[in-house]
Amino acid sequence: MKDLNMEELTSQYFDVLKELGNIGAGNATTALAQMIGCKVDMSVPQVRLLEFKEVGEIVGGEEQIMVSIYLQVEGDVEGSIMFMLNKAAAAHMVNKLMGGMLGIDETNAAEYEFGEMECSAIKEVGNIITGAYLNALSGLTNLKIYPSVPQLGIDMAGALLSVPAVEFGVMGDNILLIQTKFSDDVELDGYFILIPDMESYERILMSLGVM
Amino acid sequence: MGEVIKVGMADLKTCSGEDAVTTLGLGSCVGIAIRDPATGIGGLAHIMLPDSTEIRNNSNRPKFADTGIEDLVSEIVKLGGNRSRLVAKIAGGAQMFAFGSKSDMIRVGERNVIASKQKLSDMKIPLLAEDTGKTYGRTVVFYPKNGEFYIRSVGMPEKVI
Repeated sequence: MKDLNMEELTSQYFDVLKELGNIGAGNATTALAQMIGCKVDMSVPQVRLLEFKEVGEIVGGEEQIMVSIYLQVEGDVEGSIMFMLNKAAAAHMVNKLMGGMLGIDETNAAEYEFGEMECSAIKEVGNIITGAYLNALSGLTNLKIYPSVPQLGIDMAGALLSVPAVEFGVMGDNILLIQTKFSDDVELDGYFILIPDMESYERILMSLGVM
Repeated sequence: MGEVIKVGMADLKTCSGEDAVTTLGLGSCVGIAIRDPATGIGGLAHIMLPDSTEIRNNSNRPKFADTGIEDLVSEIVKLGGNRSRLVAKIAGGAQMFAFGSKSDMIRVGERNVIASKQKLSDMKIPLLAEDTGKTYGRTVVFYPKNGEFYIRSVGMPEKVI
């Protein structure tokens, strides 16, 4: 393994990731729109390299309750992938997915308790979104990427983020976050974290002609 | 009322008097609270990984259990704490996602707890209490003056150890 360091990643690589975020989010919105049955917009994603200390604040505070989908990838790229959105946004999405039968609106979305059915629905949403990003990555790089079964976590942002942070922590002192806003009638902030191992980083960069 | 000083991920802070130190949303990380009961000087470290010697990029000392505890102790002593009187409490080290233990990274919470305890015992600092493991995140607040260590989790009553 070569001595590739997170801090040395170039701005060119950021652009590549941003493009990846764009394509991924594009795919995801199409898939989501079909599933929910209404128009979904998305904004240009932001790619940010953050110090560990800053991550919590970016997603709205370490104690902000978030819903996150975490899965591992295998194949030419190995590593893990996390998608998270705040609980209110997740409740809103699940409600949409179920045709509004949960009766969730802005007033009660944050307090809504997720049961088994809601968890399963949000896992599916996460699956679609992470799948869309992985397809974008796989399409751009021609690398084979196989995702594992997703795991769901509902907890404080800091606690959930500690999982990818630890994986990044092995490589450096920063975490790479792709932030995307989805919106239909309300705005949903989604955060997407991709953590390939170092060898896979090289493979991705090489396939993209950056290295 | 004193001030509550925030400790970020891979960070450590000390305080004294009425002040407290806090860290929000501990997941697989471990919060290590150490104080000198006689002077009420103490601090909190938020470590992410068990062992600095396993990793090449190890210049960020508070990131690791071993170097983090060493630095926290020397900061407390610098502030006027007595090395021989120090006592500790720890919290955190949860397993946030239940993957089959394919890689060591998944069990990092458990390893963080083991490494933290080992380091404390190597440095002869008694561990008075702990709230570790399980599958949920924790927010902790530590008052070095009286040694109270408050732990909050989602959907659970606040605990004091």
